[in-house]
Amino acid sequence: MSPKQMQSPPLEGQVRIPSGCAVSAMISRDGRRMNGERIIESMVPMHDRSNGLGGGFAAYGIYPEYRDFYALHIFFNDRRCQEECMTLLRENFEIVQDEHIKVRKMPQITDEPIIRRVFVSPMQSVLRHLQIDEKELVVRTVNRINAQLEGSYVFSCGKNMGAFKAVGFPEDVGRYYRLEEYDAYCWTAHGRYPTNTPGWWGGAHPFCMLDYSIVHNGEISSYDANRRFIEMYGYKCTLQTDTEVITYIADYLLRRQGLTLEETASVIAAPFWSTIESKPEEERRKYTYLRTVFPSLLVTGPFSIILGFEGGLMALNDRLKLRSMVVGEQDDMVYIASEEAAIRTMAPDIKTIWSPAGGEPVIVKVKEGAF
Amino acid sequence: MNIYPEFEVVRNDSRCIRCRVCERQCANEVHWYDEDGKVMLSDESKCVNCQRCVTLCPTRALKIVKSDCRLRENANYSDQTIKEIYRQAETGGVLLSSMGNPNPLPVYWDRILINASQVTNPPIDPLREPMETKVFLGKKPGTVTRRPDGSLDTALPPQLTLSMPVMFSAMSYGSISYNAHASLARAATELGICYNTGEGGLHEDFYKYGPNTIVQVASGRFGVHKDYLEAGAAIEIKMGQGAKPGIGGHLPGTKAVGDVSKTRMIPEGSDAISPAPHHDIYSIEDLRQLVYSLKEATQYRLPVIVKVAAVHNIAAIASGIARSGADIIAIDGFRGGTGAAPTRIRDNVGIPIELALAAVDRRLRDEGIRNNVSIVCGGSIRSASDVVKAIALGADACYIATAACLAMGCHLCRSCHTGKCNWGIATQRPDLVKRLNPDIGSQRLINLMNAWRHEIKELMGGMGINSIEALRGNRLMLRGVGLTEKELEILGISHAGE
Ligand code: SF4
Ligand code: SF4
Repeated sequence: MSPKQMQSPPLEGQVRIPSGCAVSAMISRDGRRMNGERIIESMVPMHDRSNGLGGGFAAYGIYPEYRDFYALHIFFNDRRCQEECMTLLRENFEIVQDEHIKVRKMPQITDEPIIRRVFVSPMQSVLRHLQIDEKELVVRTVNRINAQLEGSYVFSCGKNMGAFKAVGFPEDVGRYYRLEEYDAYCWTAHGRYPTNTPGWWGGAHPFCMLDYSIVHNGEISSYDANRRFIEMYGYKCTLQTDTEVITYIADYLLRRQGLTLEETASVIAAPFWSTIESKPEEERRKYTYLRTVFPSLLVTGPFSIILGFEGGLMALNDRLKLRSMVVGEQDDMVYIASEEAAIRTMAPDIKTIWSPAGGEPVIVKVKEGAF
Repeated sequence: MNIYPEFEVVRNDSRCIRCRVCERQCANEVHWYDEDGKVMLSDESKCVNCQRCVTLCPTRALKIVKSDCRLRENANYSDQTIKEIYRQAETGGVLLSSMGNPNPLPVYWDRILINASQVTNPPIDPLREPMETKVFLGKKPGTVTRRPDGSLDTALPPQLTLSMPVMFSAMSYGSISYNAHASLARAATELGICYNTGEGGLHEDFYKYGPNTIVQVASGRFGVHKDYLEAGAAIEIKMGQGAKPGIGGHLPGTKAVGDVSKTRMIPEGSDAISPAPHHDIYSIEDLRQLVYSLKEATQYRLPVIVKVAAVHNIAAIASGIARSGADIIAIDGFRGGTGAAPTRIRDNVGIPIELALAAVDRRLRDEGIRNNVSIVCGGSIRSASDVVKAIALGADACYIATAACLAMGCHLCRSCHTGKCNWGIATQRPDLVKRLNPDIGSQRLINLMNAWRHEIKELMGGMGINSIEALRGNRLMLRGVGLTEKELEILGISHAGE
């Protein structure tokens, strides 16, 4: 480490930085694609929940013409890092397209890294050699880049979706990335209030793994218990953020263990034993089983998270509901946000708004075939 | 050679009413009444400082103090060292001790501090919100399976269910009394936790506490038979004990009387000395065979615990055990108690439980097999905060024995091996045993555990954690003070201020 680095405050990942936040999401159950204008607007009334040190968005359905390829969004510190990373990628993937992510220069957003979008397709020979499926190859490669290649950071790697994030207020970040030019059937957004962090773009949210994206508000008290468990299964928590570990938990439970969204929710925000006791036999067995098998994936402390995935999203509060989260519904649209004001910005004449109970997942799926 | 007594009995004669309670209460026959002079006299050379007479004297006329008659000061040859040499020169024998290592070696628990929430996330109030302490010990399946209809296959390997992460650890019937066992069994049942038979078998009166009993199988195999194995909620194979790693249990013949000998299935009055190794286990694959024999004998209904002493290579040993089919590993630190152990072994063999636990938890995680087994740690868990620290370092639950004895009245005089425990715990003399009333003994154990449970909840709530599983292995909640880099590295925690 150079003396200069030693004097500057530690980067995200070198220390654990607690933060408060704002989250927001909108999804069309009919799979209608909408540009990013409204989701950006929704973050404006929640301006004070962020402090300009991180904002970001995830969008689903934005690359229909490249839907069969993994869309990697990558930050590079410089050309040398980019070269190094692309060499590694070329060893494992066909590079279908490698382009700049278009941005709008603005005074609010500074210190930008090189931001690239690379569509890739895993090489069959590599898959056969490693005896793994393509998702696993993507996960391993991304983990390797993020943990080992200094100055390269893959912040999005799903199909037909992408994350956009930066250091700044979320509404500025949205405009910087020209999100009005993207059409998505589902948008999620995040504004960050870290208590102490230097500006590092990778530290902004959402955090993504394959097509899972997480925006999260809260500070979980179970962090190290969760981290140390999930790291047994090949994940590496390089950022030391809650969002990162929750994303890995979701990936582990949904993709690797094959749990349903409801089952996953009742691991992460497990019902209390007293609640379980009062359930009918079959449910009692199910919840007892899940809590017994995955005790280390129970997440405690305040959180509200929105997990985006291909074809839907799930919103979940901690089981004591220590963080605010409201849900609104209008026609085919469902809106979720930290504050009602954000929903009213997206849908001014909305009638149905409610606050889901702690630990009760809100699952919204786009009609089969509509995405 | 006559050695000046370690303690002095100080009697305030103006307070003494000659009731002779002390005389009746002292099994060591320190006190007697002198008819001629109408005074109470004492022979302090027999006193072990158990405080029985002090506690029961109605006028508080007695106190026991450390004698200040000392040999010439020497930082290298302490008083104790010299006197031990005298004793050995006299008898030619191995020195015996009981209870845990009393020497001033580092207690890492006292150098670890616990976190609490401020501002960025809220503490949780255990009086107003649910706070969960229930734990399941046992192997957790690595992958979820589903039935043909898509529902979860909820069958699980056998689990030991505890209402809180603390159990009473092994103390054999023989080393402790019938009434002590009755107190432990009743308290464990009432609390929804477990007690442990130790290696002396299970008295027939206590089979009814089976669901809260761990039955132990040690190298002597005392009292082991099919009904015994089937009686408990789990079976523990005792490979070692923190107080005396590398040697087997030892019950002096004076304690092998009546029901004790019957329960152990040994002749009355004979020393019950367990062999150092299990003679069918000379290697890890042999352990596997014993684990599976016991499972086979109990139709795979019960989890099997393997208990080992914390020794230098504990992480590798634990990793071997985790692959042996065992469901739970119990690690016993070098400060763990005993009813009788050679002093040199007790005071010099083994390593601190804090370091052993941290090393084992890390190794099992590094190897991805932490879910194969639960970890129980013991060997001087003294308080609720020790429990919280142990869980945060990575334990699933803790074993306590000395603290449980203290709750029943033990005054830590460390003379259990004499069989003359004045508190009715480590003795088989009927007149002494009856001093421990199981109604009171069990109630005091229940009180202690309830108090700890409250404290655990308060500490958890302060950290913003409302379920014990979110604390397990959560080392970020711990900080060290005054520890070296190496110690911090082994414990896997940061220093305070970091
Ligand atoms: S051995 Fe115990 S009861 Fe006897 S004199 Fe000493 S302190 Fe009192
Ligand atoms: S159990 Fe009895 S003999 Fe043993 S230390 Fe406690 S009081 Fe002394």
